[in-house]
Formats: sequence, C-alpha cells, structure tokens
Amino acid sequence: MNLLGKLDWSAVPFDQPIIMGAGGGVVLIIGAILGWVVLKGYVPYLWREWITSVDHKRIGVMYLVLALIMLLRGFSDAIMMRSQQAIAAGGAQGYLPPEHYDQIFSAHGTIMIFFVAMPLIIGLMNFAVPLQLGIRDVAFPTLNSVSLWLTASGILLINVSLVVGEFARTGWMAYPPLSELQFSPGVGVDYYLWSLQIAGVGTLLTGINFVTTILKTRAPGMGYMRMPVFCWTALGSSLSIVAVFPVLTATLAMLLLDRYLGFHFFTIDAGGNPMMYVNLFWVWGHPEVYILVLPAFGVFSEVAATFSGKPLFGYRSMVAATMAICVLSMLVWLHHFFTMGASANVNAFFGMMSMIIGVPTGVKIFNWMFTMYGGRVRFSVPILWLIGFMVTFVLGGLTGVLLAVPAVDWTVHNSLFLVAHFHHVIIPGVVFGCFAGYTYWFPKAFGFKLDEAWGRRAFWCWFIGFHLAFMPLYVVGLMGMTRRLQHYDVLAWQPWLLVAEAGAVIILAGIVCQIMQFVVSIRNREALRDVTGDPWNGLTLEWSTASPPPAWNFAFQPHVSARDAFWFEKKLAPLKKGQAAEPRKYEPIETPKSTPIGFVNAFFAVVFGFAAIWHIWWMAAFGILGAFAALLVFAFRDVEEVEIPAETIAQFDRAHPLEVAL
Amino acid sequence: MNDAVAIYDVRQEAFVPASEAGPAPKRIVVAYGFWIFLLSDIIMFSALFAAYAVLVRNTAGGPSGAQLFNQVSVALETACLLVSSYTCGLMSLAVASRERAAVYVRALATFVLGAAFLALELREFANMIAQGATPQRSAFLSAFFALVGCHGLHVTAGLIWLAVMMAQIAVRGFRATVQRRLWCFALFWHALDIIWVGLFTVVYLMGVAS
Repeated sequence: MNLLGKLDWSAVPFDQPIIMGAGGGVVLIIGAILGWVVLKGYVPYLWREWITSVDHKRIGVMYLVLALIMLLRGFSDAIMMRSQQAIAAGGAQGYLPPEHYDQIFSAHGTIMIFFVAMPLIIGLMNFAVPLQLGIRDVAFPTLNSVSLWLTASGILLINVSLVVGEFARTGWMAYPPLSELQFSPGVGVDYYLWSLQIAGVGTLLTGINFVTTILKTRAPGMGYMRMPVFCWTALGSSLSIVAVFPVLTATLAMLLLDRYLGFHFFTIDAGGNPMMYVNLFWVWGHPEVYILVLPAFGVFSEVAATFSGKPLFGYRSMVAATMAICVLSMLVWLHHFFTMGASANVNAFFGMMSMIIGVPTGVKIFNWMFTMYGGRVRFSVPILWLIGFMVTFVLGGLTGVLLAVPAVDWTVHNSLFLVAHFHHVIIPGVVFGCFAGYTYWFPKAFGFKLDEAWGRRAFWCWFIGFHLAFMPLYVVGLMGMTRRLQHYDVLAWQPWLLVAEAGAVIILAGIVCQIMQFVVSIRNREALRDVTGDPWNGLTLEWSTASPPPAWNFAFQPHVSARDAFWFEKKLAPLKKGQAAEPRKYEPIETPKSTPIGFVNAFFAVVFGFAAIWHIWWMAAFGILGAFAALLVFAFRDVEEVEIPAETIAQFDRAHPLEVAL
Repeated sequence: MNDAVAIYDVRQEAFVPASEAGPAPKRIVVAYGFWIFLLSDIIMFSALFAAYAVLVRNTAGGPSGAQLFNQVSVALETACLLVSSYTCGLMSLAVASRERAAVYVRALATFVLGAAFLALELREFANMIAQGATPQRSAFLSAFFALVGCHGLHVTAGLIWLAVMMAQIAVRGFRATVQRRLWCFALFWHALDIIWVGLFTVVYLMGVAS
C-alpha cells in the first residue's frame, strides 16, 4: 500500500524539454506575481475585496481574468499544433512526438470550450445581468462565489496535468473505448474527467442561480418583454445549462465508474456500449454550443442597438428566436455522428432539425442588419467585432448546413473540413462576441474606456488571421486530410497548412495587440475616464449608475416603465424638467456578507480531485471531509448580511452625479 | 410630447402584472432556486435511466433482473420511503407552527424510516454481490448498481442533511434561514420519492415482468 497512490517522481517528465520549459515558465510567472503581491502587501486587499467577495461584478471580472489567462494557454496549444502540421510532411517528423501532440490537441479543445469560452460567457453574464435587471446582486451571491472557485479548481487541475503526469490523449470528447482503462491506463483521462466534473458542478450552480435571478428578482416594472436581449439570451443559456450539464455529469460519472471500479457502461466486453457515451456526450455537447453562443448573440444585440443609436429591430422576434434555438438545440445531437450507423430515417430527422435551427439564427442576423440600417452607426471597436462576426458567421453557418446533409457528412466526417466549420462558427460567434462585450462593458467595470486604436488593430489581426488560418483547412479537408494528424505523407497539403500557420501567427499578433491595448489603456486611464457612467449613450439600466458601480449597484431601486429603460428615461428627462424632483431620502442597504466558503471549498475540491486522479485515498477522504466541515461552519455562521449606512450611499451619490434619476 | 408624459403617468397607476411586480421575497426565491436544482437532479437521473434502459438486456451471460430481484424486500423499501415522506410532511407542518418537540419526533421518524430503507437496500446489494452479481459482472448490473446506488447516495445525503438541520434548530432555533433550509430539505426528500417511484417501476416491476 503506497501512501502516495500512483504518484512518484516518474510522473514529472524531466526528459521533455518543451513541457519542462513551459511548466518552469508558468511556475516562475506565478511565483513572480505571488511574490510581487506579497511584497507590496496586497494580500489582505485581495483576500477581503476579491477572493472572499460575493459581489457579482467582482466575480464576473474574476471569471474574465481566468478565461483570458486560459486563452493564452489554449492558444499556445493551437499554434504548436499549427506549427507541427506546417512542418511534419513527408520525411520530416516535426518537433512534437505523437504522444505529446495527442495531449496538446486534447488539451486545446478541453481548455478552449470549458475554461475559455465558458468563463468568458459566465463572466459577462455575472457582470451585466444583475445591472441590466436593475437589481443589487444575483439570487444566490454566495453560491455564485462557490461556482467561480469550483471553475478555478478545474482550471488548476488541468494545468497541473502539464507538469505532474500527463493529459488525455483521446481528443476533447474522450470517446470510449479509447478512454477506457484498457487503452488509456495513464492518469491523463482522469485529469480530464475530474477537472470537468468539478468545474461542471460550478457551471450547473451558475445556471440555477441565473435562471432564478432572471425569472424571480427583476426590478419592479421589468416585465418579460422589457428585459434587455442580453438577459433573454442569458436566460436561454442558463436554462440549457440546467437541462444538459447534469447529463454531462452523469456521463462522465459512468466513465469514472468504468475506470475506477471496473463497471461496464462503455467497455467493449461484458455488454458495454461505447456508442452510448457518444450519444450522451452530445446530448450535452450540442446544447453546449448554444449555451456559449446565445449570450454572445445577446452582446451583439446590445452592441448593434447602442452603436446604431436606436432600439433593437425586431425585439420580439429576437426573443422568440432565442427561445426557439434553446429548444431546437436539444434535437440535433445526432448530427455529430451520422456515421454511427443509425437508420436513414433517423439521420434524415436529425439532418432536417440541424437545417431548421439555421432559421432562427438567420432571423437574428437580419435583425442586427436592420438595426444598423437607418441608424447613426458609430464605428467603434465593439461594432467592428459585430460586423466581422456577421460576415464570417454566415459563411460558417452555411458550411454547417452542408454538414447537416448526412450524405455530405459521411464524406467529410472527422476531416479538417469539420474542424474548419466549427472554428468558423465558434470563433466569430463566441470569441468575437465576448471581445465585443469585453470592450463594451470594460468602462462600466473599471471606469475608463479601452484604447480605440489598439482595439482596431486587434480586430483586424484577428479577422484576417482567422480567415488565413481556417479557410485552408476547408480545402485540405476536402482533399481528404483527417483531423488530429501528427504527421502526413501527402505533400500537396503542405502549402495550405503553411498558410494556416501564417494565419495563426497573425492571430497571435492580434492577441499581442489586445495585451498592448490593456497596458496602454491603463496608462492613459485619465484621458479615457468615463465620468458620466454612460460612455456609449446606452439603452439599458447598467449605464444609469456610476462607472464602476458601487457595491450596492443602485442607490435607489430602479422602477422600469418601458423596454430600453434607461433610453426611455433619458428621452423623458427633458419633458419632466418642469416638474420639481422630490428630494429622495437615502435608506441603508443590506448586502450579502463576504465569505471565504467558495475559496475554501475549492481548495478541498482540488485536494480531492488531485488525490482521486493519483489514487491517494486518504487524501481524497480528507478533501471530502474538509469540504463538508467548511460547509458546516458556513451553515452555522451568525451574520449573513452587512448593512451599508445611508450616509455612505449619499456620499457616493454626491461624488458621482448621474444624468437621469430613475 | 405631452402624450409621452401622459402615457408615463397612466402607467404609474395602471394594474401591475405579476411579471412586473419586482423581486420576489427571499422565501420564494430560495424555494424556486431549489426547485430548479431538483429538476437538474432529475435530469441527471434521467441519463442514468436511459443508460439502464439501453443496457438492461446486456447481461453478458450473467443473471438478469428477474433472477435477482427480491420483491418482498423491495416492497418493504418502498413502504419505508413513502411513509418517511409522509412523516417529513408532518415535520414541515410542525416547522410551520414552530412546535419544536413535534419537529424532533417527526424528523426522527423520517430519519429512522430513511435509514431502514438504506439498510434494506444495502442488504439487497450485499446479497446480490454474494451471489456473484457484482457491478463488474455485466453492463446490466453496472447500470443497475449505478442507478439504484445513486438514489441510495441521495438518501444518505438527505439523512446527513436532516441531522444537520436538527442541530441547527437546537442551536439557532427557527430563524428564517433555518426555516428556508427545512423547506428545501422537504422538497428534496419528496423528490427522492418521485425518483424512487420511477425506479421501482422501471427497474423492479418491468425487470421482473420480462
């Protein structure tokens, strides 16, 4: 009986210079940042104001920080793969051995979906939804903090796999039987499973939290048809999270039972059924695509209206399209594996459903175009992302309609044509959308705008780089190149892959521009300062309060009397000028008390996850008992809310005069 | 222009639909959120049910449900769980009228019945394993143990929760948070009954029929 389970020094790949270099670099950077934080004495501030915070705005910002850091990791994987494929043709073997290359493409997919796209979306939802609904926080603020830190736990575990042990070599879906113990005896798949299980619980709790927030705690007067479209899309996304993340949890749990206790859900012997995993996985996986893209559509709707200087065209059809997508997304999962061998009728049904889901998406595209039509369009950075998205996404959607034809799908299944297609919808849809949202809400979060010139440069690099990187993949896909090749013999593919490599480098330049934009904006923050709280002449309630908003969001509970509530009040303000505004009395506000429970819980989750991956059972028990004890302590706490005195609120309001009182 | 002001004024006085009434009271928000959680939990069970339905005939030459299930034991389990739901309902009534002694007695009854359910279930599992019908034997048995075992784990979690809640009443009395948690517990306990009814039908009744 080994006290450390399967863990020993052989787990650290000392003989792999690339891994050790990357791992060493990460450790050095983290060490340097931590050292700087400690030396500067920022630890108490960080602990008090951020780590234990249950404020939705802070939690949103922390989600975005996590996502942007993981974007760097996921992108490093991407450019390594592109470089390998650019050189490893014919006699050349490239610089990545197959077992390392396999880990990289698995990590790239897992990280980009779960730890970049999800936290980007959830971060924006956290930041904007309560402000747009005119309320002081989400329905369950402490649970929100627990969600954040569970996501962070998953991220930590997946990054530990870089240095201690290995990551899965199975692709990001971890299909059995390859992911079963028989064919993947290492800890790679276990890292995959436990980091997703832990982060998945966090995501599910977020979904529950936002469904409740949006359906039960809107400001007085904010009926469903007055909700900003971003809130509608956040609702659609959260409903889908509640509906499908439990399926992912159950599916991964079944694979865990197979691997840890010798069950036979997906094995090839004793009656197991590997295709059941594929079905269950995509029952989660396809709605997941819409979980990601719906809030991005919401951002685009806000951006289209605000920067065209007029309300959104076709609000009702936008809401209907969102909810239609929400339902239809549950009826298309089989198009991910038409080659399974289901009958022609089954394939035809799922093919048709996949084409139908293009209809509500098309409705949205037309609504955005008609919103811009006849408007006074200000070509600022957020709307550049919108236009770039519309041009690109329509083409990506069309290749999706092609793939929805089962006969076509059979010929290009698992080829780079498919890889090109899903990058073609996810990058413009989700990533551009989140960048638009990041630029749009940044002044609200920090009180100053992002630099415009560097933002434009970033956009053009991403836009051009994207097309150079992914259009060639359609071509090589049609030429017969399958995905995930570490090496290939067909020299005719190589020129296209060299172009793709160049595209990846241009995207890298785009990321550098974004880092520059961040640095330059902080340096020029006084010039970029937003003093009114409404830098873009916005329509929705988040612009009616100061930038950055105080912990209580609104000194007085807003009362909503129309769609685009803030816009309506601004139009109305000159008319009401004659009426003497009643002086309003400030009341103390109760806000939820900060608590370390989320952080402590996540610590024990990491302990448990790491122990389970390495079969260190005493430590796993310690992790579970620790989390339980922490919850008990939390359940018995005395003070649950703190009161902010009326005087503090009045002082803040005097220092931040607003355009319109709501 | 004056029209806009007029409309604005009319709206202030008009009838307010429920969707415009503003944030719901905390009691409702908490119960609503917990309902959403329960729905998600039921969806997780539905994935396990689906897996069971796919794998139920894949016995790999091992025993089938008809050979393994002991109906008397399962009937007793069902009786324990359903009656515990009844006592749980009585407990909720006592919580509403803040009768501390009645809460304790009815919670104890709920706990004992739940524990009896678990004991019977574990005995059934032990018997099956002793006959060589382990979850490693076949895909059918894997799915069976995962589905029924997952429900058993939920019951275990419920028992721990109930014990903690009794300690909370003892230490904190009937303050608002404690009451809300007791409401959620009751919802959870009843939801486990609903899942058991499905499980009883799909696994045990249909299993013996075929």
